Amino acid sequence: MSVLVISEHDNAELKEATLNVVTTAKALGGDIHVLVAGAGCAGVGEAAAKVDGVAKVLVADDAAYEYALAEPMADLIKGLAGDYSAVLAPATTSAKNIMPRVAALLDVAQISEITEVVSEDTFVRPIYAGNAMATVQSSDAIKIMTVRGTAFEKAAPEGGSAVVESIAAAGDPGISSFVGRELSKSERPELTSASVIISGGRGMQSGDNFPMLERIADKLGAAVGASRAAVDAGFVPNDYQVGQTGKIVAPDLYVAVGISGAIQHLAGMKDSKVIVAINKDEEAPIFQVADFGLVADLFKAVPELEEELAKIGL
Amino acid sequence: MKVLVAVKRVIDYNVKVRVKADNTGVETANVKMSMNPFDEIAIEEAIRLKEAGTAEEIVAVSMGPQQCQETIRTALAMGADRGVLVKTDDELQPLAVAKLMKAVVDEEQPGLIILGKQAIDDDSNQTGQMLAALLGWPQATFASKVEIAGDKAKVTREVDGGLETIEINMPCIVTTDLRLNEPRYASLPNIMKAKKKPIDEKSPEDMGVDTAPRLTTIKVEEPPKREAGVIVEDVAQLVDKLRNEAGVI
Repeated sequence: MSVLVISEHDNAELKEATLNVVTTAKALGGDIHVLVAGAGCAGVGEAAAKVDGVAKVLVADDAAYEYALAEPMADLIKGLAGDYSAVLAPATTSAKNIMPRVAALLDVAQISEITEVVSEDTFVRPIYAGNAMATVQSSDAIKIMTVRGTAFEKAAPEGGSAVVESIAAAGDPGISSFVGRELSKSERPELTSASVIISGGRGMQSGDNFPMLERIADKLGAAVGASRAAVDAGFVPNDYQVGQTGKIVAPDLYVAVGISGAIQHLAGMKDSKVIVAINKDEEAPIFQVADFGLVADLFKAVPELEEELAKIGL
Repeated sequence: MKVLVAVKRVIDYNVKVRVKADNTGVETANVKMSMNPFDEIAIEEAIRLKEAGTAEEIVAVSMGPQQCQETIRTALAMGADRGVLVKTDDELQPLAVAKLMKAVVDEEQPGLIILGKQAIDDDSNQTGQMLAALLGWPQATFASKVEIAGDKAKVTREVDGGLETIEINMPCIVTTDLRLNEPRYASLPNIMKAKKKPIDEKSPEDMGVDTAPRLTTIKVEEPPKREAGVIVEDVAQLVDKLRNEAGVI
C-alpha cells in the first residue's frame, strides 16, 4: 500500500519539514504520495515532485485551503486516506491542528510525534516531555501519524520526478474563516531548521538584552530561541519558544544563555549535537546536559564571546 | 451559555518521572498528581467568561479512576459550578476520551468546550481536535486570546511563525496554549465550598461508548542518557573547544 505525506508550505514554498517526513515514509515502504493543498500552490506541487523518493504529487488548489484551516483540510484528507496504509505529516502547529481531526473522522487513533519506525504498525514516540520513550503498536487499518522532524534525516529536495496530479477540492464546511497573521520577520534561519541556535532564558532579564544574542547569531548564522520563562516574561514572542510545548530542535550547536534547564526546556533541545551552557549558577540543571559549560555572568561572557568570535574571523 | 471544560489528572509537572523497571510504563505509585497545567488555563478561561457575563455555567469533566474526582474538586474550587466524572479503571486513549466527551456534550448541550492543548503525560495533543471532528464543530487550537461575540468566536492562535487569528462559528472547541491566561489559586473558603458542589458519576458502559484502546504499548524505556561534559575556564577556551574539538563553528 502507498503512504500519503501531507506537505507543509505557504503556497509559495515547500517547507523543509516535509523532507523529513518523506524519509519517514521511506521507512514504512510502499509508494510515497505527497498532498499539496493550498491556493495558488502549483509551484509547491512542482517542488514536491522533485523530492527524492516521491512517486506522485496530489495538488488540491482551492481557496478553501489557502490558510490550511482544519475543517476543510481534514475533510479533504479524510476523503483521500482510504487509499493509503498511512498518512504522515510533520509535527508542526499546522499539522498538529489538522491531523487528529482527520483521525477522528476516520475513527482511528493518531500516533503523535513519532521518532522511529520499528515496523509498518509499530512506532516509537516520546512521552512525559521525552523523559520516557514508548513503543506502540497500532491496530488501525490506516495509521495517522505526525513525525518529529529532528528524528529523521531530510530527503534530498532534488532528484525525483514524480507525477503531478490535480485533484478536486472537497468543499468548505464554512464554519471557520481566516482573519489575519502576525508572523515574526527575521533574516535569520528558522528555529526548526537552523544548524546553530542561541537561546536566552530568564537570566536575560529583559527583551532589550536579546540584541546581544542576535549579534552572536549573526556571526554564527544561527537562529535565536528562548525558554518558556523568557517568553512568558514577554522578552520575546511565543514563536521563539523551545521546549515540550514549543519547538523541538536538534541543531549541531545549541547555546543556552541564562537558561536554568527545566525539564520542559530540555525536552525541546536535548537531542542537539553539541550543547553549550552559559549560566552564573553552577548548580543549574542545564550543566547536566551541556557538553561545554561556562559558569559566568552572561552580561560579561556574551560580549566576550562576540570578541573571541571576531578574533577567529567570524 | 454553558461551558464544558475537560480536566485531566496527570503526574505533577515538577515531578521527575521514572520508567518502571519492567518497562511497562512510568512509576505512578506515591507520585504527586495534579491537574494538567493546560487544563488549569482552560478552567481559568471559562471562569473569566463567566465573570464577564458571557458564560452562565461551567461544568468540569474528567475521566479515569475514582481519584479524578480530586481533579474535578480543584476545578470546582477555582470556580467551576459542577462536575461530571466518567469513571473507569481502563486505559483511555484520546479517541476514546473524545467519544466519551461527545456523549457528555450530547447530554449537556454546551455552547463552548475548552480543553488543554495537550496533556503533559502522553503529550498527544489530540483530544480537542478529535472532539471537534466527532461533533462537526469548528476548532481553535493553541489559543492565546479568545473573544466571543454573538454566534462567533475570534481566537488568536500560537503558530510556528508567530500568531494567527481565525473566526469560527459557535458552538466551538477551543484548546488552550500557555499564554491565554494565568490561572488563579483556589482560596481556602472556595476549597471548602467546592466540597458541596455536585459531581455526577457515569461509566463508559452506561454511556454506550466503546473505549477499547487502538494502540498497544509494547514497552516504555528511558531515553538515551546525555553525558555531562566539561566546565570550561573562560570564553576563549570555550571558543577554542567549539572550533577545534567539536568542530561546530
